[in-house]
Amino acid sequence: MTEEIIIAGFGGQGVLSMGKILAYSGLVQGKEVSWIPSYGPEQRGGTANVTVILSDERISSPVLNTYDTAITLNQPSLDRFENLVKPGGTLIFDGNGLSKMPSRKDINIYQINATEYSIAHNVTKAMNMIILGGLLKVKPIIEVDNVLLGLKKTLPERHHHLLPMNEQAIKAGMELIQVFTV
Amino acid sequence: MKKDSEEIMLMKGNEAIAHAAIRCGCDGYFGYPITPQSEVMETLMELEPWNTTGMVVLQAESEVASINMVYGAAGCGKKAMTSSSSPGVSLMQEGISYMAGAELPGVIVNVMRGGPGLGTIQPSQADYFQAVKGGGHGDYKMPTLAPASVQEMADLTVLAFDLAFKYRTPTMLLADGIIGQMMEKVVLPPYQSRLTEDEIRVKCPWATLGKPHGKKPNYITSLELLSEDMENLNKRLQARYRILEKEEVRFEEIACEDADYVFVAFGISARVCQKAVEIARSEGIKAGLLRPITLYPFPVEKIKELSNRVKGFISVELSAGQMVEDVRLAVNGKVPVEFYGRMGGVVPSPNEAFNALKDKLIQ
Amino acid sequence: MKVTDIVNPANLVYKKNSVLNDLPMHYCPGCSHGVVHKLLGDIIEELDIQEQTIGVAPVGCAVFAYKYLDIDWQQAAHGRAPALATAIKRLLPDRYVFTYQGDGDLAAIGSAETLHACNRGENIVIIYINNGIYGMTGGQMAPTTLLGMKSTTSPKGRMYERDGNPLDMPKLLAGLDGVCYVTRQAVHTVGAVKKCRRAIKKAFEYSALNRGTSIVEVVSTCNSGWKLTPDGANKWMVENMFSQYPLGDIKDTIQTEKK
Repeated sequence: MTEEIIIAGFGGQGVLSMGKILAYSGLVQGKEVSWIPSYGPEQRGGTANVTVILSDERISSPVLNTYDTAITLNQPSLDRFENLVKPGGTLIFDGNGLSKMPSRKDINIYQINATEYSIAHNVTKAMNMIILGGLLKVKPIIEVDNVLLGLKKTLPERHHHLLPMNEQAIKAGMELIQVFTV
Repeated sequence: MKKDSEEIMLMKGNEAIAHAAIRCGCDGYFGYPITPQSEVMETLMELEPWNTTGMVVLQAESEVASINMVYGAAGCGKKAMTSSSSPGVSLMQEGISYMAGAELPGVIVNVMRGGPGLGTIQPSQADYFQAVKGGGHGDYKMPTLAPASVQEMADLTVLAFDLAFKYRTPTMLLADGIIGQMMEKVVLPPYQSRLTEDEIRVKCPWATLGKPHGKKPNYITSLELLSEDMENLNKRLQARYRILEKEEVRFEEIACEDADYVFVAFGISARVCQKAVEIARSEGIKAGLLRPITLYPFPVEKIKELSNRVKGFISVELSAGQMVEDVRLAVNGKVPVEFYGRMGGVVPSPNEAFNALKDKLIQ
Repeated sequence: MKVTDIVNPANLVYKKNSVLNDLPMHYCPGCSHGVVHKLLGDIIEELDIQEQTIGVAPVGCAVFAYKYLDIDWQQAAHGRAPALATAIKRLLPDRYVFTYQGDGDLAAIGSAETLHACNRGENIVIIYINNGIYGMTGGQMAPTTLLGMKSTTSPKGRMYERDGNPLDMPKLLAGLDGVCYVTRQAVHTVGAVKKCRRAIKKAFEYSALNRGTSIVEVVSTCNSGWKLTPDGANKWMVENMFSQYPLGDIKDTIQTEKK
């Protein structure tokens, strides 16, 4: 099994940390992992993206041109990465503020309104965990228990009291994600 | 000391360098912030090795000061290092040349970014010439190691110190922005104690630790006003480089046994080409990859040997074509040697590398 | 009477210190470097720190300082001596570490390294030989060259409008909290040599107290570069250099505390 994932959105949406949690979870599950961020000024308010590969074999190129799964959290990311999903692959998008919806018919598309949900439930800091929950629902590549262990590894000890909130966010995401029909 | 060396960890390449430095008994790190390698010093400051191994970590006022602090520390027989990225490493060239001339060991990490000038903070491999041909003034060479994974960022940091002291030479770890910024699994090297002063006096009898009673003083210098003396110093350096070229070549071969076409690539380009090899093989093209781990000394003999049985080489680099010149020298016209590169911080995709192979070598 | 009859311990009135070796110095007759080297040897012998002292030589006329004083030395790239000394002292904190720099080295190309070593309060001694000129390369203008003073790169004299004013680094460095001792001395008379000797000794003693950087400037002659006789150079220095670079202590934190 090899799963090549790109996560993209605005800086500050928790894109990089979501990738990190996914990578740590893969580590816990005994997979080969790689995590490459877009780095530099892009992190500060511009668009940010991160490539995560989880695999049962040695990972050759951590740099990719197409992806098994793309997760987009804003319009520019959706516009750019929808086209880079492999035929038969998966696109997960947050519908917040979109003026142009995805249109490909040869991939599986899911919508998750995590931004809207997180504002309504006052859990904006766990928005990325809602998305991650959605991903795990449609692509159960990592066991939820291992994700929670991975989360524990990435969070500094002083934030460990937030773990239950994040777990709930993952579960909420699993409920929230829906098939999107073009 | 902790015995957790077998623990698998997930970290950035830059962080792995910091951990490996502490673990291999490094005495001092001196550096100046620059993207995309600032995590090296940040990690060291976070880990506070001065409380555990006694390693000194100091943020200097410039790259010029950093490399000269490495010179000062190395002159005392201490394991010292600095890290920077391309523009900062340009500033260090004077100091590196002085270290080569004064026969001082030390490790310089260059996490390359695109140039020329201030360039870009995105990954590049365009400092190959600067690293392997002697970027500073005078006739010198510098062992240059090219990590292609986070694991190698750690392992080659340790090896760089070993080579630096074995050959009394500045040694470079030539990485790129991606290898520095990406996270992968890594098993950190085991702890080695820092050398005591008594051990340094035995291992580095040239070190300036204070002149022992009844002994001649040591002095560290790269200056010889008499041309004959300076030529002798140069001869000594050159003789050492010949031994290096014989003893220290390192490379990895992937699918080269039956290959018709061979990619030559290092660092992140090698990872991209590894995938290109997979794509090629899936389309029935017998491709292989030769990945130099030491860029100097370059795997000349290996390439010569391959050139007797393959139909062509293609060097893939994040540059306008630098290492390809060394590949061509080694192949010496026997078979075609092509080049594919991207510049300015752009990383080619595996498909691009594969298409370049098809277009330029196979057609 | 034979010479050997005269050369015996009973008749000894002056002896070269044991740190200074017998190699003839390459300095021009009349140059201040030789005197300062001797003073360094005297003090290292007196403090009995020959085995604990590491010197850092500059680029400039004193580039070969390492040949004359039998202690461990490192020779630095032009201007970088304070960076070397920083690392040496940090890694060997119980050693005495000093730099020996000229005015081109310290005040021009190495101004950043000097300023930052001092600002970090590195526990080192900086010996600063200021003769207002680049001696080794043949007498070019330095940042310390006096207004109107002729050099090969200011043949009609230094002009403020073009070259700025002479740079007084010790005065500038004295403003930094990391610096505990700054003094300006000369070695043109017996009295001055004695004072300079006391100043250098104090600087070495202070460096062991871990209270910061000590700087001893020695206003010096360069009779070759100034195109004067050794005696004429001394006179010229007294008449012209001392008004720009007045002798005496500029800062002595530790002495001030004692009072």
